[in-house]
Amino acid sequence: MRPFEYASPNSKEQVAALLGTSWEQGAILAGGTDLLALMKDDVVTPRRLVNVKGIDTLRGTSYQPGNGLRIGALTTIAELADSKDLAQYPMLFEAVTEAASPQIRNLATIGGNMCQRPRCWYFRSGMGLMPMTKDGKSLVVAGDNRYAAILGTQTGAYFVSPSTIAPALIAYGAKVRIYSAKASGSGVRELPLGRFFITPKSAKEREHDLKPDEMVIELIVPPPPQNLKTGYFEVRQKAAFDWPLAMAAVALQMDGNTVKSARVVMGHVAPVPWVSDEAAATLVGKTITPDTAMAAANAAVTKAKPLSMNKYKITLAKAAVKRAVLKAGGAA
Amino acid sequence: MSQYSWPDPATQPLLGKKILRIDGPSKSSGRAKYTYDYNPDGLLAGKIVRCPYAHARITSIDTSAAEKMPGVKAIEIVQKPGTEIFWAGDEIVGVAAVDEGTAEDAVRAIKVGYEVLPHFVSDAEPPKNLAPDTGPISQDDFESMEDNQVPDDEAIAILKKQGVSFTADEKWYKSMEGEGTDPKVIAALRAAKVLPPSESKSPYKRTATQKQGDPDKAFASAAATHEGVYGVPCIVHCCMESHGSASEWGGSNDLTVHISTQNLSGIAAQMAEPLNTPAANIRVLQQNIGGGFGSKFAADRWDIVAAKLSKSAGGKPVKMMLTREEEFEVAGMRPSAYARVKLAADKSGKLVAWQSNSWGTGGMGGGGTPPIPYIFDVPNQRKQHTAVATNQGSARAWRAPNHPQAALITMAAFEDLAAQLKMDPVDMLRANMDILGPRAKTYAEELEIAEQLMGWKQNWHPRGDKTAGPVKRGLGLSIHTWGGRGHNSDQDLSIHPDGSVDLKVGSQDLGTGTRTIIAMVIADTLGIPLEQVTVHIGDNRYPPSGGSGGSTTVGGVSSAARRGAVDARDMLLEKVAPALKAKPEELEVANGVVRVKTDPSRSLSWKDACAKIGAVPLTVRGKNPDKSKPPDLTNSGVGGVQMADVSVDAETGIVRVNKMVAVQDCGLVVNVETAESQVKGALIMGISYALYEEKILDPVTGRVLNPNLEFYRLAGLNDVGELVVHMMTGKGYDDRGVIGLAEPPVVSPGAAISNAVANAIGVRVPFLPLTPARVIDALEQGGVA
Repeated sequence: MRPFEYASPNSKEQVAALLGTSWEQGAILAGGTDLLALMKDDVVTPRRLVNVKGIDTLRGTSYQPGNGLRIGALTTIAELADSKDLAQYPMLFEAVTEAASPQIRNLATIGGNMCQRPRCWYFRSGMGLMPMTKDGKSLVVAGDNRYAAILGTQTGAYFVSPSTIAPALIAYGAKVRIYSAKASGSGVRELPLGRFFITPKSAKEREHDLKPDEMVIELIVPPPPQNLKTGYFEVRQKAAFDWPLAMAAVALQMDGNTVKSARVVMGHVAPVPWVSDEAAATLVGKTITPDTAMAAANAAVTKAKPLSMNKYKITLAKAAVKRAVLKAGGAA
Repeated sequence: MSQYSWPDPATQPLLGKKILRIDGPSKSSGRAKYTYDYNPDGLLAGKIVRCPYAHARITSIDTSAAEKMPGVKAIEIVQKPGTEIFWAGDEIVGVAAVDEGTAEDAVRAIKVGYEVLPHFVSDAEPPKNLAPDTGPISQDDFESMEDNQVPDDEAIAILKKQGVSFTADEKWYKSMEGEGTDPKVIAALRAAKVLPPSESKSPYKRTATQKQGDPDKAFASAAATHEGVYGVPCIVHCCMESHGSASEWGGSNDLTVHISTQNLSGIAAQMAEPLNTPAANIRVLQQNIGGGFGSKFAADRWDIVAAKLSKSAGGKPVKMMLTREEEFEVAGMRPSAYARVKLAADKSGKLVAWQSNSWGTGGMGGGGTPPIPYIFDVPNQRKQHTAVATNQGSARAWRAPNHPQAALITMAAFEDLAAQLKMDPVDMLRANMDILGPRAKTYAEELEIAEQLMGWKQNWHPRGDKTAGPVKRGLGLSIHTWGGRGHNSDQDLSIHPDGSVDLKVGSQDLGTGTRTIIAMVIADTLGIPLEQVTVHIGDNRYPPSGGSGGSTTVGGVSSAARRGAVDARDMLLEKVAPALKAKPEELEVANGVVRVKTDPSRSLSWKDACAKIGAVPLTVRGKNPDKSKPPDLTNSGVGGVQMADVSVDAETGIVRVNKMVAVQDCGLVVNVETAESQVKGALIMGISYALYEEKILDPVTGRVLNPNLEFYRLAGLNDVGELVVHMMTGKGYDDRGVIGLAEPPVVSPGAAISNAVANAIGVRVPFLPLTPARVIDALEQGGVA
C-alpha cells in the first residue's frame, strides 16, 4: 500500500483546507466502499485521506411538508432504507433497498453513492476514464464494450454512470448542495443533481461537477407534488447484488388520467444519469397505456449509438423505460 | 476369512442414512482453520511480480531498489531475462516482506523490462480450410494434453501417429508419472518417434478427421437432419479460498508447508526436486480447504517460490496466497469448447448420424477435446477438432473435465433435432436407449423419476411458450455419466485399550464430507457410535491417500476404512473371545456391545472388551485397492438425468431458473445427506456457468477484463430456484459398491438449462452463458417474442 496521511477533521471548513487543490493531494473518506477498493487496485493514489465521518451535521434525514426531504451526505444507504422520511418517495425507497448488498448499504453513504467512480473495467485497471490504444483510438471501441454506454458518447467517454439511486433522485427533481470554501456567502453552492453529473471531454476531466477541495454535504428532494406517480425498473442479471444493464426511473405528474408533465431518467446507458426529454415529451397529455409506454421507450433510445457488442442494451433500455412508465401508471 | 463386503444398508445404523457432517459445527462457527488462516508470529508476506503483457520477452530485471527497502526480507527471480512469456500474469520475481503492504511496495519497486510480442486471445471459429496438424508433439504440447485431461487412448494414438519433437530425461518421466499420467501413455511417449519440431506458428492445430460407419449415406437417408452451432467459453474455478501456501524451514533442512490442496499426499514429491530437498524432509499440512474443483493438485510455482523465499529469509514462514485477480489469470480455468454439429435421426427419433467440427482453447495448450457425441453411440460419425492456442494461463481440470462442454454440444443438438421432429425429448431419449451404452438401464429408471419430480408430462410444451406476456416458461433435459472408481488409500486404524478409536489418513476433505464418511464406515463396522471415532486427516505423516480428483475419494477412503475396520474388529474379537468363552467367529459387535451371536446375554461392553487389547493400541492398516481382501468395494460408471424449468423474460433476455431436478446414481450411497448436498452444490455451480460465467479476455490488451466477482458473476441464493435431488438406491445400485459423485451432477445443468430456454422462447441461444445479450440476439433471429 502506498503511504498516505490520514486526517479526521470535525468541521467542513477543516475538510476544505485539508483536501488541497488537486485530486492527488487529498480524497474524502466516508463509507470507503469505493475509495479503498480504488486505492488497493492502485487506480487512485491520494496522498491524504480526509475522514469526514466525524462531522455529525452531515448525517441523517429530515422531512418537512413545505421543504421536502433533506438527506445529509453521510447518511448511509441502510439508514435511508430505514428512514420514515422516505414515505413520500416510494421510488427512492425502492432504489435504496435494491442497491448493492446489505453489507455495502451499511457502510456506503448517499454522498459517496453520488460521487462513486465508474465501474468500467478499463478504468478499474488504471487506464483512465477515456482509455486509449497505442495508436490513439478509443480502447472501449476497439476492445470489449459489452457494458459500455449507448447514449451521450459524443466526447468519446463510454463508461456508464454507476449510481442506481441518482436517476430516482433526479426524477424527483433533487438538488445537491456542495461545500465550497470559494463559493460566495455561506460557502455552499447548490445545483440540480442532474447537472452534478457531467461527461468528461478529455481524460483530464472528471465525471462530477466537483472540485478537489469541495465536498457534497446534502441532497434536497423537493416535496412531491400532488398526483405524482413514480415507477422504477432495473434490468439486471442476478436477483441481488448486481449492477443493472439498464434502468429507468420515471416520475409523472398527473392531471386525472392524463400526464401533465414527466421526467424519464435512465441509468447505466450513458456516462451520466440520462434524462430523456424526448421520452418525457411523448407522455405529456397522454394516458398511460402499453402503447404510450412503448412510444416513450422508443423515443428514449432514438439517439442511441451502439458499439460492436452493446446493441442489446438498446432493447434493455427500452424495456426498462416501458416498464417504469407502466409501473408509474399503475399498470404493473 | 473376514467378510469385507458392504453390509446391506438396511441393517446398519449409519450406512445409507442422512448423517450431518461431523465438521459442520467447526465450519459454521468459524473455528475451522484454513491455509489462509495460518498466521504464526514472524510470518512474512509473499508477493509476485507478474508480467502485464499477454506475450512478451523479459529484457531486464532490476531488483536493487526493492532490496534496499526496509522490511523486504528476500527476493527470488523466477524467470530470467531472455525468457519468453506466454500469458499475462505469469510469475517473474517473488518477494517476501514483513507485511503485505511492504511486499506490494517492493513489487512496485522492481523494474522489469519487456519486449512486447503480438498476442492471440480469440477462441472464435478457426478458418475453414486449415490442414490437419500432423507435426510432432512438443514437450509443452504433451504437458498441456495431460493438464487438459486428453483421454489416454487419444493421447496414445496421437503420439503413435505424430511422434514427438523432444527427448526427455528420466526425471521428467517420473514427474509426469507423479502427476498422474497413465503408465500406458508414458510407454507410448517413450516409444514415439523423435522428429524435428514443427515450423508452424499458427495458433490452430486441427486433428485428422475421425470417421465411424458411413455418415454420408446415413445423412442422405435420414428422416430429419439438424445443423447448429453450440458452445461454452472459458470459465474459472472461483474457489472461495484462493491458491497458495505458507512454507517454513526448520533446523535440519526440514520444510513445513501449509497448503491449500486437493492432493495432500502428493505435494512433498512435487516440491522435493525444485527445492533440492528430500521429500522425506517435507511435511505437508492442511485441515480444511476452501474449494479446489480440480485446480489444486500441484505444488504451484508460487508455492515453490514461497519455500525458496523462506529459505533465503532464514527459514521464517512465508505465506503466499493469490489475490482474486491472480486466481483469474494464472490459477487455471475450464477450456472453451464450440462445435458446428450436424445430427440426423430416423422417423422414430433414433439417432443415425453425427458430424462435428469442434474447436476450443485451454491456453497455449489448446484445450481438451470434448467427448462428442456425448454418451450416444451414434452409429455413423465424422468429426474433427481444432485446438486453438491462446495467450492465457493454462487450463486445469475443472470438475468433470470436458464433460459439461460435451453434454451441452450434444444435448442441445439432440433437443433441437427433437423439436424439428416435433417430438418430446423424453420420448426421443427413450427411443435411443439402445445406444446409451452400459448405463442405459440406469438412465431409463432415472428418467421416469425425473419426469415425475419435474411434472414433465403436465408442464412440457412444444418449442415456444405461446402464452401471453413477456415471460416465457420452458423445460429442458440432459443426461451425463462419469467413472468415479475409488483411488488408492492407506489408512491406520487404532482401537485403544480405553475403547477410543482413531484413524489416520493423508487425505483431505474438500467439504464433501470425507471425514464423516470414514467415521461412519468405522462406527458401523465396529458397532459403536459415530462420536466415538476420531478421524485424523491433512498430514502427510499419515499413510498416503490419493488426490481428491475425478470423483475418486469416497470410493477409496470408504473401501480402505471398511477393510481396516473389519480387520481391527476381528482382531479384537480374537482377544475378547476367551473372556466370553466363545470362538471369535461366534461373536458380533453392535450397539457398543461385544456379544455371542446365539446368546446375547454373554456380552461385554465395548469399553470392557477393549480393555482386553493389552497395554498398547491395536493398529491395523486398511488399504484400497487390496486384492488379498476381496471383494472390490468400489466401482466405476454412473448415470444421471437432470431437468430444468426456467422463465425467460423475452423483453430483457433475463433467464431465471425456477427449478432443477437431479436424479443421480453413485452406486452404494454411504451418506445420503452429504451426497444430496454435493449434488445441490453441483446444481448451483451449473446454474452459475449456464447463466453467468465467462472469462472475458480483452482482444486489445490480452488481459482478463473481469478478474473479480463483480463482472464475473456467480449465482446468489435468489438465483438458484428450487433444487430437487433424488439419489438412486436399492437393488442394482447398493450392490455395485461405492462410486464417486463430485463430477457427474455438474455436467448436465448447462445443457438442461440451455434446452429449457430454447423450449421457452422457441429459438436456440447457441452459447453459454445465457446472458441477456445472447438471448436478445437469438430472439432477433426468431422465436416467440
